[in-house]
Amino acid sequence: MNAQAHPLSPEMRLLSLRDLSWLSLALGIVIVPHAMRAPWWLTLLTLCVYGWRFYCTLNRTPLPARWLAIGIAFVGMLGVWVEFRTLFGRQPGVLLLMFFSGLKLLESRTHRDGAIAAFLGYFLIITNFLYTQSIPTALAMCVGVFAITATLVGFSAPARPLAANLRTAGLLLGHAAPAAILLFVLFPRVQGPLWGLPQDAYSGMTGLSETMTPGALSQLALSDAIAFRASFERDPPPVQDRYWRGPVLWDFDGRTWTTSSGHSVRFEAPERPRLTYRYSIVLEPHNRAWLFALEQAAAVPPGARMSFDGQVLATAPVRSRVRYDMVSVTGAAPQAAESRSVLGRALRLPAGANPRTLALAQEWRAAGGSDADIVARALAYLRNGRYTYTLEPPLLGAHSVDEFLFDTKAGFCEHFSSSFTVLMRAAGVPARVVTGYQGGDINPVDQIMTVRQSDAHAWTEVFLSGRGWVRIDPTAASMPRRVMDGLAAALPQTQALPLFLRRELEWLRSARAHWEAVAHKWNIWVLGYGPERQRDLMLSFGMRDADWHKLTAVLFTFLGLMTAVLLAWSLKRLARPDPVQKAWQLFCDKLAARGVVRSVHEGPRDYTSRAARSLPASRRPILRIGALYIAVRYGERNTPPATARLRRLVRALRLA
Amino acid sequence: MIGALLERNPKFANWLYGFTPPERGTVLLVHRRVYIVPAQLGWFFVLTLFILLIGSINYALSLGFALTFLLGGLALAGMVHTARNLARMAVSAGRAEPVFAGETAQFRLYLEARAGFDRPSILVRHVRSGAQMVLDVPAAGLAEVVLGVPAERRGWLPLGRVMLETRFPLGIFRAWSYLEPDARCLVYPRPERSALPAPSAESAKGTLRSPTPGNDDYAGLRAYQLSDSPRHVAWKAVARSEDMLTKQFTGEAAAELWLEWALLPAALDAETRLSRLTGWVLEAERSGVHYGLRLPGAEIAPARGEAHRAACLQALALHGVADA
Repeated sequence: MNAQAHPLSPEMRLLSLRDLSWLSLALGIVIVPHAMRAPWWLTLLTLCVYGWRFYCTLNRTPLPARWLAIGIAFVGMLGVWVEFRTLFGRQPGVLLLMFFSGLKLLESRTHRDGAIAAFLGYFLIITNFLYTQSIPTALAMCVGVFAITATLVGFSAPARPLAANLRTAGLLLGHAAPAAILLFVLFPRVQGPLWGLPQDAYSGMTGLSETMTPGALSQLALSDAIAFRASFERDPPPVQDRYWRGPVLWDFDGRTWTTSSGHSVRFEAPERPRLTYRYSIVLEPHNRAWLFALEQAAAVPPGARMSFDGQVLATAPVRSRVRYDMVSVTGAAPQAAESRSVLGRALRLPAGANPRTLALAQEWRAAGGSDADIVARALAYLRNGRYTYTLEPPLLGAHSVDEFLFDTKAGFCEHFSSSFTVLMRAAGVPARVVTGYQGGDINPVDQIMTVRQSDAHAWTEVFLSGRGWVRIDPTAASMPRRVMDGLAAALPQTQALPLFLRRELEWLRSARAHWEAVAHKWNIWVLGYGPERQRDLMLSFGMRDADWHKLTAVLFTFLGLMTAVLLAWSLKRLARPDPVQKAWQLFCDKLAARGVVRSVHEGPRDYTSRAARSLPASRRPILRIGALYIAVRYGERNTPPATARLRRLVRALRLA
Repeated sequence: MIGALLERNPKFANWLYGFTPPERGTVLLVHRRVYIVPAQLGWFFVLTLFILLIGSINYALSLGFALTFLLGGLALAGMVHTARNLARMAVSAGRAEPVFAGETAQFRLYLEARAGFDRPSILVRHVRSGAQMVLDVPAAGLAEVVLGVPAERRGWLPLGRVMLETRFPLGIFRAWSYLEPDARCLVYPRPERSALPAPSAESAKGTLRSPTPGNDDYAGLRAYQLSDSPRHVAWKAVARSEDMLTKQFTGEAAAELWLEWALLPAALDAETRLSRLTGWVLEAERSGVHYGLRLPGAEIAPARGEAHRAACLQALALHGVADA
């Protein structure tokens, strides 16, 4: 029975120009973000392949032979290999997918090929999420899915007007949305990844690094990207206390500060704090295990640990946005003990580097006084030395500290902290460099503190006997406004600032505040919706320990209900009787109540004239209704006003 | 295999398809009669969804989940919409003009979408013959489909089972429904061309004076009438004047020819006799004589014209058919 050609089967239906246009439009929409990242020649090649396909349809020439398409595929793959030296990373893989979408289109002859090319479009949409998952990306996804759906609808109904097909596509997506939301919330989430990811999967994340060379932070300071957001349970700390601790750098080679992963310690909460801050942080992925916390951490989030130098570390690099709760305190009792080996490491300096700095420090040491006196003296030296704070520090050579302190006298926070630490070590005071973020703006819209990469900062901690490790911010000492009023205030007027740091663009900042407040909600509720948040949400609905059994049961219950509702809706729409027919039925019922029953074979004309004869008192209205019904049902007058009039007449009919 | 099973168990088939044939009047395809399964593309779609889901889990892509689930919802909505495209369709059968055996009967079906939305891309297929057509049914409107079913034997040709199928709107589901409207087409016997018979004994008694037309004596011209055969039109005379004229032959007006079953050689079987009689009816009508038909158990008095011809042919078509 199925041997014959089946006119609805997609293999039998050829792609028309309209089908092709829609398919190309849909694929074009989903390709745009990839094309912007692709090397120009690949974008051009893909466009050429699209154009070629159109040429074939417009000129009714046969599609290129298979060997030719395979040849083009090889050219594209070769090009990608030359560009990336591999075909299997994330970027080359995604670019090849983009290129192959064009090739699939080129060899698409029937609706079946076209539909598979359209399904390929879904992969193009999802691969874009590897790069960005912002709100605009989500909107672009909706546009892309709509275009693909409209394409598929167009395949199913090639002769239908375009507007009707678009309406159907919209209706379908409208009906799909509740199920999609339900699935999103209730589908049991598992923690990925299921297998290893390509090497370059997480490249391109910005953030602090585990080394600090002169000029590194000033580059980061130009980035407006968000590092993390913190929402405090109560009042946030004052500006001068907003020191978010990150990696601690111990080892100096005369130019670059580095660290090596040290051992972790059993966490002991600081005692007798003066103030306690409870807050939660949503940390952007930065591909390191560092969790940032306000100085001084008084608790460690579950699954995290504390390093010996007081840094909070996650078990694995942060590769997706994470949210964690923190408690920090200020003014706790000092932990005055430190092991000799650690103190020895905090005094080590490279031999032969920065001789002038060493000489200066030894001069201070020789002058006598306590460690605290030396710290004060060094800070005074920096404050009075006419140092300039700049985003564009001069390049420094091998003796970077010497050059900064005595020659160029212009630098960014890494220069100040690096020099200060070297001075301390040279004078025999144990010191270490701490990098992290200093500052953070409260978003007036949702009262959440935003810390950006431009808040990246470096400072020093010195070990003073009896007081333990003490934070000293040499940058703040020489440039107090850096800490109090932010980067923009500390920089000289003549320097070019990142756009959003400029004072005059108040409205722009306000718009950004609104946007970021929305984005924060998006990050937490959409992008951050994982196994934990799902558990929390289920708990708030009263479902304890929601495992996948329970979730699946609930999910399918709801899905079943929803399908039933959708079916009922469609059936109701179908069963809804025609208003004309309904009015006529009412009319017949009224006549039947007076004894004039319509027989099955009787047409409306015969019936009304018979009724008019039987009920002469109502002759006129009966005949009028009959004539109107015939005109509406069988004639040209099937218009809403005529229908309404018929209903009115029937309702008003009073049979004597 | 399933088809053969259903063929052997018509009751089971009727239960499965939700109706008992033939269905009189307008057939309303209630929801229970609409079947739906994923089409081949649907399996591709499922595969796509699966890969998207695995990718979303592996890369922890929240928007990937959103996309996957949106497409999952789309599949669900597509299923309802595909079923909806057939459900509550009203199908009625129109009149099928009689044909001769060996020709193709043209069955007319009317598809009516009574609800306020259109039903695009509906395939109507005649199961037995495979005759098929794809059409769009407009919103609250009617669409006509003509199914050409080969008529092989004389008698009543029932339409039989018809399948309605659709894959609208996404092509990932296939919904179909069977129905068997109460429509039939009258099939005349296959006409056998042969010369008209010699007058029978009865005709020789005086009822028939004209043997075969064309050998007649030319009697003159008269005004053309619509029922006149074109071969009797005096074309030469027409060329000279504006009026259509018909050649008149002596005795034609009164000519009566009995076409009789009994006249045919006894060696012929019934079907061949009917075929020959059918050919005679056609020939007699064409030549314009008055002719009557005598079959065992039926007799049609001599006359001429379309209605008479149809009556004769129907009598021949239904000769010996139980359900006449």
